[in-house]
Amino acid sequence: MHAMAFDLSIPSHLFHAYLPDLILMGGGMLLLLWAVWRPESDAHARSTGWAAIGVAVLALVAVIWEWQVGFTAMNGPIAVDPFRWATDAVVLVGTMMTLAIAMDFNGRMKMPTAEAHVLVLLSASGMMLVAAARDLMVLFLGIELMSVSVYVLSGIDRRSARGAEASLKYFLLGAFSSAFLLYGIAMVYGATGSTNLVTIGEQFATPAVATQPIMVIGLALLLVGFAFKIAAAPFHMWTPDVYDGAPAPYSGFMACAVKAASFAALVRVCLEAVGPGSERWHLALWWLAALTMVVGNLFALQQRNVKRMISYSSIAHAGFLLVAVTAQTTEGAAAIIFYLVAYTLATLGAFAVVVALNEGKDGATDIGDYSGLWTVRPGLAMAMAVFMLALLGFPLVGGMGFFAKWYVLQAALKAPAPQTKLSIVLVLATVVSAGFYLYVVMVMFMRPRPEGASVPPGASGTLKFVIAASVAGILFFGLYPSPAVKLAQQAAAASFVPAASRVVAAPAANASP
Amino acid sequence: MRGLLQSLHYAQWILPVLLLLPMLGAAVIWIAARPAEHEDDREYGESQISRDIAIGVLLLEFVLSMGLWWAFDPAQPGWQMVVDFPWLAEWGSRFTVAVDGISLMMVLLTTFLMPIAVLGGWTSVRHKLRTYYALFLALETGILATFLATDLLLFYVAWEIMLVPIYFIIGIWGGERRIYASIKFFIYTLIGSLMMLVAIVVLWRYTGGTTFAYDAIMAAAPRTGPAALWLFGAFFLAFAIKVPIFPFHTWLPDAHVEAPTAGSVILAGVLLKMGTYGFLRFAVPLFPDVVMIPWVRDGVLTLAIIGILYGALVALVQTDIKKLVAYSSVSHLGFVMLGIFAFDEKSVLGAQMVGISHGVSSGALFLLVGMIYERAHTRQIAAYGGIARAVPMFSAALALVAMSSIGLPGTNGFIGEFLVLIGTYNVFPYIAGAATIGVVLGAAYLLWALQRIIFNPLSNPENSTLSDLNRREVAVMGVIAVTIIWLGVAPAGVLDRLRPASAALVERVHGGAAAPAPMPAAPAAPGGR
Repeated sequence: MHAMAFDLSIPSHLFHAYLPDLILMGGGMLLLLWAVWRPESDAHARSTGWAAIGVAVLALVAVIWEWQVGFTAMNGPIAVDPFRWATDAVVLVGTMMTLAIAMDFNGRMKMPTAEAHVLVLLSASGMMLVAAARDLMVLFLGIELMSVSVYVLSGIDRRSARGAEASLKYFLLGAFSSAFLLYGIAMVYGATGSTNLVTIGEQFATPAVATQPIMVIGLALLLVGFAFKIAAAPFHMWTPDVYDGAPAPYSGFMACAVKAASFAALVRVCLEAVGPGSERWHLALWWLAALTMVVGNLFALQQRNVKRMISYSSIAHAGFLLVAVTAQTTEGAAAIIFYLVAYTLATLGAFAVVVALNEGKDGATDIGDYSGLWTVRPGLAMAMAVFMLALLGFPLVGGMGFFAKWYVLQAALKAPAPQTKLSIVLVLATVVSAGFYLYVVMVMFMRPRPEGASVPPGASGTLKFVIAASVAGILFFGLYPSPAVKLAQQAAAASFVPAASRVVAAPAANASP
Repeated sequence: MRGLLQSLHYAQWILPVLLLLPMLGAAVIWIAARPAEHEDDREYGESQISRDIAIGVLLLEFVLSMGLWWAFDPAQPGWQMVVDFPWLAEWGSRFTVAVDGISLMMVLLTTFLMPIAVLGGWTSVRHKLRTYYALFLALETGILATFLATDLLLFYVAWEIMLVPIYFIIGIWGGERRIYASIKFFIYTLIGSLMMLVAIVVLWRYTGGTTFAYDAIMAAAPRTGPAALWLFGAFFLAFAIKVPIFPFHTWLPDAHVEAPTAGSVILAGVLLKMGTYGFLRFAVPLFPDVVMIPWVRDGVLTLAIIGILYGALVALVQTDIKKLVAYSSVSHLGFVMLGIFAFDEKSVLGAQMVGISHGVSSGALFLLVGMIYERAHTRQIAAYGGIARAVPMFSAALALVAMSSIGLPGTNGFIGEFLVLIGTYNVFPYIAGAATIGVVLGAAYLLWALQRIIFNPLSNPENSTLSDLNRREVAVMGVIAVTIIWLGVAPAGVLDRLRPASAALVERVHGGAAAPAPMPAAPAAPGGR
């Protein structure tokens, strides 16, 4: 398993450890040149899109290779462990799906901007940096690289006022949250003298450091920064407007890939730097999780605009994922990986259906357009039903969604301090979520198609493939999740500099395994 | 017969086949009936092939399942015909199916009522037949899996999955308020079942996170203390909503009234029994000490009595026949709960008997309501009167089924109610007395409805031209009539098969031979922050 431990101070080793990220970044840069080389045209945008998917595939191959060989590295600025690779894989799958959806969408919207595809790649490379970061500075760099590209992507449709609004709003609030994050990093550095997570973790184990006001405030600011990025309540206000205003493929990208990377970083901070010893940190996560689940689901209930509904649903899912973070175990980390796969497939799949039903107009996606969809586009309606039931967490027909929720539940209940109350909040929030997920299903299957309503245009080949592949993945892992579970378990168990050992050494530790 | 079945290795393949066959049938329907669906789904008759396939599969399923009756060894209380496949090794869940006396009867009831429901509601659904019948077959798999699963995770999956077909069946082919009814039904059930999911995860933790096998969970489950109480509460909620026990019953009238005929038959006949089955299989045996805590037991018994009386009284004032039948279910299911929580051997047997006969009688009542509705297009009792002259066969069938629902001696209804009453009388004489009032009220609402529908003068002239039951309907009602009389006159076969498992249940609750469960190494008590 441990083929080779990198010494990250040696440049060739560092290069090796960064290989997938470098492929993506380098490919993105080259592709950027190619994208602006030629005048804008649909054909050019498409070929750039295909090339971008190719680069993502290459990066994915590199990720899988590094994962397979099982390289490791200790205590450098970046982590080399299966958890990173698993997160990278989720991000890259999300990236490829986004690119495929965007190729169709941009054609529909008469928006032949080839550089959009490149921006997706650059953003993805930022995400991979975030997933790798074992140093708060690297983390910050990654988050900025990821976010700046996404700010542009949300306003990439230059004719859309809603897009511009979304972009500006996202930029302002994103900058705000970056400030929080940076300030938090500075304070943590002040308290511990390091930005390296493992060193911070060692320092944190001594109560004198852990209870210092500057450390407490620093961690609080750090958490606020994370909460902005993962769209956890009460720091979620920007989400619905941005997701609604941005072009649909990029809303999906933000809802899935951005969230996946941010969660990976949060998990790493939780397990390596803070550890399960801190009562305050745990309490903060607890309330963040509970509030996010309640707010996300209750607000989603009132939406009649499909994109807005999925936005609030993505907030709700951040809450469900936070439950697994709150467990503060490697089992919780495994649950998060598994959950992110299911969530990415279902959410991007749902956005693909939204795009497939778009007739080239820029505006709210009213649920009324979905009335009786089943009678005119049965395939799309059934796929959408699978995505909705997967997001609801229903077994078999919702496929992987059920096991995702189940995994989070069991991680929360199996933790050294079982999160029983939080589990019950999760379950009740899920019942509320049935209200809006089933509403979409009901509208599609049980409402009649209004007289004279136009038949929505069919999906193009790429879009059909994305939808079919997501459905297939969700259903297959819903019937037989073992392979994915095994990978997630191994990834989480073999990663992280064990915080538990440090906790035992610390007298302040209150949770014994 | 048993020798023949053994020579076919019947016990080794029957349960998986019963589960697979309807799914295959659904797939065949989906493929075979494809073109007609797209031409024009409103054109009834285009895709009747789906109906033919469905009834063929359902009848085959029934014939195959009949073998269970003989292959099952009534003397043995444990699991029989166990079939076991690995499924989720990481979590210790296996695909394990088996029957004992309790589930055997439920399986047979399901395979019996399914073709009856489809035949009885033969012409009631007139559009999108392909999807309808595919869903119906999928529903049968879901129901059977629920009754057969002996792995708690598998049980949970089956329990949830059968919601989907019935949700669509009500929501697409139901009456005017179908959307409201279907969502209400879905969400009500979901609340309870998700709580049960949390409880299942916690129970699994008690086994050390290694297995979901029923027997292992039963051995590891906490017997006393707040943890056991909360866990029981979660299971109770899930099953109480399904049964439904008063005051969790409000979804029932909506769902039953709005569902298409065959859907109502299955809802009343089988789906409600999933709730009582849950009590018999999980809530009671897993937490035998909790159910004997006086306030828990008295509480459930009180709710059961309220259900019996309330259901009957509300049925008495209904003006809509279908609603009347729906509320009569609340009353009958109260008897089942009463019988279970009296924890007397006779009463537990009786409770299951009431469940079975309610399945037959109530299902038949919904069929008859559907038949007359297709003719007169109204369900208002006031619109009828004196139709015995116009439709004598229908009236005879209705009278017989009503008698069995009332519990007339010689019909199936009598056996169960009588056993419940004498069993309860042994333990709680006053409660038995109160339940007897429910029997009287049951006679009142049904006899009064009979009088207003088929007797009295024929006031509405339109009713004189109603056509009587056709040959198909007569055949269906004939089968039901034979079943009603058979169960009423010779219930011994059924009771023999139910007895060992029921006796084991009662013994476990009363703490007789039930071995004290060994506590696993160190499961931290659930609770925490």
